[in-house]
Amino acid sequence: MAEVLVYVDHADGAVRKPTLELLTLARRIGEPVAVALGPGAEATAPALAEHGAVKVLTADAPEFADYLVVPKVDALQAAYEAVSPAAVLVPSSAEGKEIAARLAVRIGSGIITDAVDIEAGDEGPVATQAAFAASYTTKSRVSKGTPVITVKPNSAAVEAAPAAGAVEALAVSFSEKATGTKVVARTPRESTGRPELTEAAIVVSGGRGVNGAENFHIIEALADSLGAAVGASRAAVDAGWYPHSNQVGQTGKSVSPQLYIASGISGAIQHRAGMQTSKTIVAINKDAEAPIFDLVDYGVVGDLFEVVPQLTAEVQSRKG
Amino acid sequence: MSLRIVVCVKYVPDATGDRHFADDLTVDRDDVDGLLSELDEYAVEQALQIADEADDAEITVLTVGPEDAKDALRKALSMGADKAVHVEDDDLHGTDVMGTSLVLAKAIEKTGYDLVIAGMASTDGTMGVLPAILAERLGVPQVTLLSEVKVEDGVVKGRRDGDTASEQLEASLPAVVSVTDQSGEARYPSFKGIMAAKKKPVQSLDLEDLEIDADEVGLEGAWTAVDSATERPARTAGTIVKDEGEGGKQLAGFLASQKFI
Ligand SMILES: Cc1cc2nc3c(=O)[nH]c(=O)nc-3n(C[C@H](O)[C@H](O)[C@H](O)COP(=O)(O)OP(=O)(O)OC[C@H]3O[C@@H](n4cnc5c(N)ncnc54)[C@H](O)[C@@H]3O)c2cc1C
Ligand SMILES: Cc1cc2nc3c(=O)[nH]c(=O)nc-3n(C[C@H](O)[C@H](O)[C@H](O)COP(=O)(O)OP(=O)(O)OC[C@H]3O[C@@H](n4cnc5c(N)ncnc54)[C@H](O)[C@@H]3O)c2cc1C
Repeated sequence: MAEVLVYVDHADGAVRKPTLELLTLARRIGEPVAVALGPGAEATAPALAEHGAVKVLTADAPEFADYLVVPKVDALQAAYEAVSPAAVLVPSSAEGKEIAARLAVRIGSGIITDAVDIEAGDEGPVATQAAFAASYTTKSRVSKGTPVITVKPNSAAVEAAPAAGAVEALAVSFSEKATGTKVVARTPRESTGRPELTEAAIVVSGGRGVNGAENFHIIEALADSLGAAVGASRAAVDAGWYPHSNQVGQTGKSVSPQLYIASGISGAIQHRAGMQTSKTIVAINKDAEAPIFDLVDYGVVGDLFEVVPQLTAEVQSRKG
Repeated sequence: MSLRIVVCVKYVPDATGDRHFADDLTVDRDDVDGLLSELDEYAVEQALQIADEADDAEITVLTVGPEDAKDALRKALSMGADKAVHVEDDDLHGTDVMGTSLVLAKAIEKTGYDLVIAGMASTDGTMGVLPAILAERLGVPQVTLLSEVKVEDGVVKGRRDGDTASEQLEASLPAVVSVTDQSGEARYPSFKGIMAAKKKPVQSLDLEDLEIDADEVGLEGAWTAVDSATERPARTAGTIVKDEGEGGKQLAGFLASQKFI
């Protein structure tokens, strides 16, 4: 059976959920061979084996942390040459897309980004994409070279499928370009203890209607009662009420949770671009004409300062 | 020594309009008005600020697109760019990112550059990969997704806010930069700017000028193929209730019925 390269997104050996989803999709088109780079690369093997990786190629070197993107492209290219895969799958993070795109140029292949599903097809893997703020669904293929496809978080259910997961060291020789862009300082983002926005099953977002940084605790309290991540509209972020890393939308994060709850958000097209593929959508807005209500499965026309705390209290009491 | 800045700008259908695919599954450009991709305004703005700080700088705005794409160039010129290059050729219809990046790279080399600036993503294709591809094709450093950017003594410095960390980056020129919408509001063209733009040079190039074979671009030459595009069915109308004191509880009931609590 054909091998499929899967680029692993991990933090010191802890594999992030989108990579496990990729392994599920990869098994539909072949046998997953995982590529894990940087500190803790080998520690990813048990989780990857559990989810179907037949092999785990690992490499670590200071270049991966000290320079932007290109060292990782060099490594993925080395893996590509070692394996001759039928496809290369990469998680659709900002960095993942750049790595995938540069690899595609080097190997003379087409690229599809932000797929939300992959199936096997007669002429190679078929990717589903959501276009124009998710108002269209397209099906596409790579028609030249080896398909390189990046996949959005929450595109598949994680399934266990034990496989060998044999660890092999990957030999990487860095290209001249590898040291072109130096990372001179890095400040890790502080963890809030809440789920990662793009991976969360539930996202609770606040917008301009929240009316101040000091009121965002209302949104956070609802999120915590549901075990959810917190999102914000650009209006709330631009006003300085919530960090940009929590922005949902075209120029923020694109999320696709099981449940999205929007409070005090009107539903502008650029916001919709980042949340329209959510499975269930709920909105609380005092304006019955707000465009967000066109999208909802359930909407409450009302003041969020009344509705949200009541909802939070009710969720807590139902949980007992 | 003059700093040569090339800004890549894309002409896109207005996102607030009703965007559609045409019968050949390319973007329907007749259906909705086009404009300069809003995210590329940030790239033009940063180019103008970098040029202001430099002793001597020249900004060229570059687009690959149909006849109408001149509108995007005019907007960028009216913001303050010095000249424009328009790559236009009937054989370009339906070109994907590999072809587009090939054309842009050749046009950039032909124009001459020390710094290329692009937006973080277009507002139609929204791939967010073109700047990285350009860096690969041109063989120069990529300094992408910057929320802050500065050029000093032949070095570009910037801040990239990633998913897990915020990074300070540095690279020597020549380089390719892309900037996010956090990099600073774009200016509005002044009346003087709009008038001046009418007199600024717009150079037209075709595939022959760039020595690119027609079969490397366009729908036929594309590295990817779109098999189908279906409009998402309108969501079935949801339940909407008016809060009369019990709205939060009613919503909790809905969430419980859907097994979220
Ligand atoms: C290039 C570009 C990129 C963009 N990218 C993004 C993006 O990534 N994400 C994004 O979100 N936006 C983005 N935008 C901005 C977008 O166009 C909107 O301006 C923004 O989404 C509006 O945010 P909002 O809904 O919070 O605010 P508003 O549109 O002001 O809506 C506030 C809503 O809150 C309601 N409200 C007020 N008070 C209450 C109350 N007490 N109780 C209940 N409801 C109340 C109001 O009725 C209103 O509907 C982008 C714009 C551009 C041009
Ligand atoms: C809905 C949709 C989905 C698509 N999906 C794919 C896909 O999966 N694979 C694929 O190969 N192609 C795809 N395309 C085609 C692709 O969008 C175009 O080829 C495009 O020009 C490059 O991609 P982008 O605009 O998304 O680039 P991005 O990487 O999002 O653009 C980043 C920046 O590059 C510059 N830029 C991009 N295009 C131009 C241009 N024509 N002229 C000047 N500067 C430019 C701008 O500065 C822009 O801000 C898609 C198009 C659409 C409309």
